Amino acid sequence: MSIATLAESFGMVFQAQVLIAILGGAVYGLFIGALPGLTATMATALLVPLTFYMAPLPAIALIVSSTAMAITAGDIPGALLRIPGTPASAAYTEESYAMTRRGDAGRALSIGFFFSALGGLIGAAVLLITGPLLARVSLNFSSFEFFWLAVLGLLTCALVSGSNPVKGCVSLVLGILISTVGLDITTGQPRFAFGSVELLGGVSFIPVMIGMFAFSEILRGLSANGDKDRSEMEPSIDSRQLKPFQGVWGLFRRYPLSVLRGTSLGASLGALPGVGGDLAAWIAYGISARFSKTPEKFGKGHEEGLIEATSANNSGLSSAWIPALVFGIPGDAVTAIAVGVLYMKGVSPGPRLFAENPTMPTAIILCFFVANLLLFPLGYFAIKGARAVLAVPRNVIVPMILVCCFLGAYAINNTLFGVGIMLVAGLTGYIMERNDFPIAPVILGLVLGPVLERNFIMSMQIARGDLMGFFHRPVSAVLGVFVIAVIAVTIVSQVRKVLRRSRADTSETSLTQ
Amino acid sequence: MFHEALLRSRQALCLAGIALVATAGGALAEWPEKAVTVIVPWSAGGGTDATARAVASELEERLGQPFNVVNRTGGGGLVGHSAIANAPADGYTLGVITIESTMFAAQGLPGVTPEDYTYIGRFNADPIAINIAADADYSDAQGLIDVVRADPGAVAASGANRGGLSHLAWIGLLDKLDIDPAAATWVATDGSAPAMQQLASGAIDVVSTSPAEAQSLVDAGEAKTVALISSERSSLYPDLPTTTELFDTDWSPLPFRGVAAPKGIPDEVVAKVEAALQEITEDPDFQSFMASRGFSVAYQDAAMFERTVMSSSEGLASAMSSAGLSQ
Repeated sequence: MSIATLAESFGMVFQAQVLIAILGGAVYGLFIGALPGLTATMATALLVPLTFYMAPLPAIALIVSSTAMAITAGDIPGALLRIPGTPASAAYTEESYAMTRRGDAGRALSIGFFFSALGGLIGAAVLLITGPLLARVSLNFSSFEFFWLAVLGLLTCALVSGSNPVKGCVSLVLGILISTVGLDITTGQPRFAFGSVELLGGVSFIPVMIGMFAFSEILRGLSANGDKDRSEMEPSIDSRQLKPFQGVWGLFRRYPLSVLRGTSLGASLGALPGVGGDLAAWIAYGISARFSKTPEKFGKGHEEGLIEATSANNSGLSSAWIPALVFGIPGDAVTAIAVGVLYMKGVSPGPRLFAENPTMPTAIILCFFVANLLLFPLGYFAIKGARAVLAVPRNVIVPMILVCCFLGAYAINNTLFGVGIMLVAGLTGYIMERNDFPIAPVILGLVLGPVLERNFIMSMQIARGDLMGFFHRPVSAVLGVFVIAVIAVTIVSQVRKVLRRSRADTSETSLTQ
Repeated sequence: MFHEALLRSRQALCLAGIALVATAGGALAEWPEKAVTVIVPWSAGGGTDATARAVASELEERLGQPFNVVNRTGGGGLVGHSAIANAPADGYTLGVITIESTMFAAQGLPGVTPEDYTYIGRFNADPIAINIAADADYSDAQGLIDVVRADPGAVAASGANRGGLSHLAWIGLLDKLDIDPAAATWVATDGSAPAMQQLASGAIDVVSTSPAEAQSLVDAGEAKTVALISSERSSLYPDLPTTTELFDTDWSPLPFRGVAAPKGIPDEVVAKVEAALQEITEDPDFQSFMASRGFSVAYQDAAMFERTVMSSSEGLASAMSSAGLSQ
């Protein structure tokens, strides 16, 4: 892209109308995202009617900034109240909530905002420099490659499930099983629908997520009432700790590799339509735990994984626009809506857009920069405001969370069915946690289950049932060998550990004899 | 301050109550006297959603009440379609239906049949096209069909779920050409976007979807639209040949978008919306919006729309049974 294009795009973005749209979108996104149970997708869908009356660039700027902000602000209820805003943030909700319970809410939120903004800025830079190139690469990914990526995502389960990987896998399988409910696209047959039309549509992960995390937490609070561990339940506030962005620079200097890994992972996975964004944060968190010097601290309020996952989350968000802008293939629900708005505004996404009118896509990418920069000041106020949330007495905040749970579950498809799913999921989550089964892997299974199944079946249909088909395409073969190597290394190291222990035992016994 | 807010909200509640009583008095006033819900069975941002929202905002302008679009997704459109049919028939819930509404019953899926609606008017109909990879060994529909005929199993096609309209259009064509529908593997996907991705990555050979949905990858030089599965050429793509011209067959599954309501809504509502819809489809603004997204405008009034739906329902049911898909 030429300097002239860049200058012209700057001129387009730095106009009052566009800047107001970005600011308005950001403030709006902050509110929607910060309300537990309301999601970035909903924020975007609600904006569509408004964009009818706007010029193309302000309309897209509005959507860009509101989603960037809503996704980041979704970490606020995650950290304060344990209600993740997106399936991606479910990966690290436990971690940031653990920090809040320790009295470090300010730090958890500062990390969320600072590293999200950083990830978003780097992601936008990647988008600006390599956009069309990356899109070309992402177009070479077929179901064979997506299948291996989904397997890789599932492997991170062992890393997010804390001290007991076996129970984590049980949770994961539960999530995958729930994801099989509904009309099967391959055979056209209903599965586990029991004659219910609503169940034919499948179980959406948002009510499950709200139920398992938030509603189960309320149930836990109720049953713990009067118990001696109640004080442990309640997030303690230490107002000194609520200084926004204090110490984040130090963290950046301590974990530069995490930021780098997180953003590059997010940027590259995010560009893959369909799976990218959600997967990036999970894999980033998993990698962080795997390569950390202190993996035992993960899940107990440790900064490292949080930094890596949250920066992956936002850089993935930017690069999800790559396939949408370059080829008109939306990567997720948000970009699907955005593509619709672009068409409606007479701006057809596609390679012609880059060739004929390069200032437009460049201007859209510049909107990402401005929106992510806005995360710093708005994040500052949000963190300040968080003190007010934490100061609200529990008997006031619990009913409010409950209302938000119902609202969010209802809003996903405008039916009470979603509320029912939320309640059942909440009860299940409560029982699971009582018995030390982690719940984050359920969400992972629910999100990745369909990706895994569909891409496996599609690949098998193409390869006519030949499993070697997964190794016939070059990229797929490399990914496959990598995934198998990861599994093999894990098994071998486990076996060696067991062997070493038994050998040590026998040598000990032979010594004593 | 909190108490003040509470007091204020209590006042607002009282006012709302008074307002409610006041409106209840005029129950016999003319429709619409309050907001109308428009159910869309497909997700926000898709083609049906975009066109439905455009129609809804025009209806709002003409009839003076909000027309709120609500997306009810899931089950390949079944959830939303049955929600429209099962809504209260008071004229305050309408819906935008698509051709899938005619196929659920034949597939043995419970919930909705074409008889469950009051048809109001069609505003759009676009044929499905055959799209192939740009680097394929053949360059037109004839070449593709020759390969399918000569080498069963060599070609993999996709575009939607098994039993979805894309699938039926494709196997219906093969059936008319006396080719076993199993000669081309059908790869079930979630919709046209993942199918186009598969085509671009070289994993499959054919995607049957509307030319508009293939447009950006055609522009990118990754795909090529070779023919419309239709008996009429499209005004938006005048250069595309039809399968009827190429193969002398009679197979024209035409996906439509139209406004419908639950069975038994007041005739007054049908008449008003029908008239408004006709005006909308004649509006140059609406026409240019539809053209910009690659959708054609094809109005049919209530009676005509119902006839079209019923006949396409029969045609698809026979295509499904010949493909072994019906129950």
